Amino acid sequence: MMIYDHILVRFGELALKGKNRSVFEKHLLENIKMSVKSIPNLKLKRTYGRIVIELNGQNHEPVVEKLKHIFGIHSFSLAFKVENDLQAMQKGALTVLQDRANVRTFKITAKRAYKPFPLDTMQLNREIGGYVLTNTEGITVDVHNPDVNIHVEVRETATYITSASYDGPGGLPVGTSGKVLLLLSGGIDSPVAGYLTLKRGAKIEAVHFHSPPYTNERAKQKVIDLAQSLTKYGNSVVLHLVPFTEVQKHIHSEIPSNLQMTVMRRMMLRISERIANERGILALGTGESLGQVASQTLHSMNTINEVTNLPIIRPLVTMDKLEVIDIAQKIGTFETSILPFEDCCTIFLPPDSKTRPKREQTNKYEQYIEIDKYVDDAVARTEKLLLTNTKRINNEVEDLF
Amino acid sequence: MIYLDNSATTKPYKEVVDAYTAVASNFFGNPSSLHTLGMKAEGLITESRNRIAELLDVKPVEIIFTSGGTEGNNLAIKGAAKAKQKRGKHLITTVVEHPSVMEAFAQLEQDGYEVTYLPVDQEGRVEVAQVEAAIRPDTTLLSIIHVNNETGAIQPIEKIGEMLERYPRIYFHVDHVQGISKVPLNLRKARIDFSTFSAHKFHGMKGTGFLFVREGIKLAPLFEGGSQENGLRAGTENTAGIVSMAKALRMAKNQENEHEQLYKLRETFIRKLNAIDGIVINSPADQVAPHIVNFSIPGAKPEVVVQSLSSKGIYVSTKSACSSKLSAPSRVLSAMGLSDERAISGIRVSFSFDTTAAEVNQLLTELEVIIPELLEVVKS
Repeated sequence: MMIYDHILVRFGELALKGKNRSVFEKHLLENIKMSVKSIPNLKLKRTYGRIVIELNGQNHEPVVEKLKHIFGIHSFSLAFKVENDLQAMQKGALTVLQDRANVRTFKITAKRAYKPFPLDTMQLNREIGGYVLTNTEGITVDVHNPDVNIHVEVRETATYITSASYDGPGGLPVGTSGKVLLLLSGGIDSPVAGYLTLKRGAKIEAVHFHSPPYTNERAKQKVIDLAQSLTKYGNSVVLHLVPFTEVQKHIHSEIPSNLQMTVMRRMMLRISERIANERGILALGTGESLGQVASQTLHSMNTINEVTNLPIIRPLVTMDKLEVIDIAQKIGTFETSILPFEDCCTIFLPPDSKTRPKREQTNKYEQYIEIDKYVDDAVARTEKLLLTNTKRINNEVEDLF
Repeated sequence: MIYLDNSATTKPYKEVVDAYTAVASNFFGNPSSLHTLGMKAEGLITESRNRIAELLDVKPVEIIFTSGGTEGNNLAIKGAAKAKQKRGKHLITTVVEHPSVMEAFAQLEQDGYEVTYLPVDQEGRVEVAQVEAAIRPDTTLLSIIHVNNETGAIQPIEKIGEMLERYPRIYFHVDHVQGISKVPLNLRKARIDFSTFSAHKFHGMKGTGFLFVREGIKLAPLFEGGSQENGLRAGTENTAGIVSMAKALRMAKNQENEHEQLYKLRETFIRKLNAIDGIVINSPADQVAPHIVNFSIPGAKPEVVVQSLSSKGIYVSTKSACSSKLSAPSRVLSAMGLSDERAISGIRVSFSFDTTAAEVNQLLTELEVIIPELLEVVKS
């Protein structure tokens, strides 16, 4: 049933942003516009402190689904407009209530922004509540903890009736905090790190290291799918696919096995930093969590971090694996992440990685490898994919569906 | 040709056959193979799953591809009963289910399960209160058909789902094979855990279907083998069938808004049928699907009617196609309390959205000729 004619969107933390506030609001408006682009006839406008989406006859459900994923939205509610007329308000409130399933208790919260309206708030509550009670069965008023709270807001030109509030995901509008280059493996952690980075308003690009022909097309597709699932929150994601085989072979032949993993990670950071510089990106992001694996001990992080001067955002650094899995399941990346394909890190994994590598020792061995040559080559052969938040299917097969 | 046996099977849309051919010829890789050809097939299956989920407003992970309605019903019923057997072995269904449901329950009875078969009223429907009365502490599964394949009667699925909210531990399976695209059913709102679909009932290809399995629910698989379909359905996927099914579902759902027209056609047909001497209508008057009309000609053998019409290029059926070769009374009509004479002489006419008034009138004209002749022979 399409009874609602618009959706009221409220912001959260943006209110704290002082003079920057309108910049944040504009970003949010643009992000919402991008996200609902595929739904026709919608009209969006910014009123003070809110964004109003006019539905113009569209079903609200698909819009609600999109809004749940847009960072910077604190909450939103479905609403519809009636005339400033008691009967219209009564009928409107009843319609809203009947639209909801499994309701046992309700309350009316009237608000009179337009003071000349003849009935005051108390009278409105009583008149509308009474009407709803006489026209329903088995439903009672509960002013403290109702199943449904129906807001009736009388303004000068019209009255707005709202109910069914939804929580937004919070955070800041994506695009208000610059850009981060996310090191995306095929695992559980890095997509979650990407999600949390987006939540703080940063846009992301992603970099993935693969080792053809040792890693196959499916492993690559898996990472594309993961990056794709992040576009739900960040609209578009550029994915840089770095061919890493030559670097790994070089390390494998030149570095003692217990330091190979450390050097490999340092090479990844060097290549990532180069891509970040080329793209004007100011920080790197990883899914590292302290102590999770050998490369994520403090000693390892310290040694690996030495090769870059860029800040590294590690949203998961203090999280337990189970907390990360919870988020992965919530954002829908878990199922993809656990698909069992070899990735570049498992292909050449030596059996005896150091958990306490030292900077000096690592630097000593790295003297013997041709760092710049291999970084240059890998960056030059990097493949760039633009993933967007729309149907990703090529024309070759579209007409099959 | 006037084809009025759409409850048995529908004619595939031309676009569906084209898509089937294109996929079968060009994307024949095994979806589980590691190479590019396999990946392309797998990609098509994923895309089909996403699109079907979107059309039904459910999650992709909740769609399990099967070979059709019979497999879907067997997987849901046996799979759920087995997965829950530690908690209880009591199951509930009705006496008017499709044979694939009835036989699955019959087999479970042999395996030591206890099954309550709910009776139906004169219109072929169960009452919510009856369902609730049958529930016991050890009940684990309730299975009910949405639209009856012989009479078109619609069961009060949404109300039953609402009642089941109070029994969260009981699984709810709905055979939606006849209902899809003809009678809307919101799987989420009706609190359904499993729902069966079959492509050839909505103008897709035979041998393909899917089972909706609500996320987080455990089922025991029917076949042992590979880990396809979340380990619930081993066997190489029928890529061409699946892709063309997604297309058929989209096209069929597009026709959903033509219900009113179909109901009008049905209403006119019934009014004119009633005017023919010797005919009694078995389908209920309301709460009925727009595409099925069941009537009896007491005293006449239904096979003879089917044959005479067939010789004129008009195709109708007796009872459910899956049991039409047996010349026993219809189990469904008997369960509605109809006499043997009436239950044995049921004829089913089933429309598609493409059925025209002219075709229906042609059928009526033929019936007006055949029936008096038939009844004359019986009398003499």
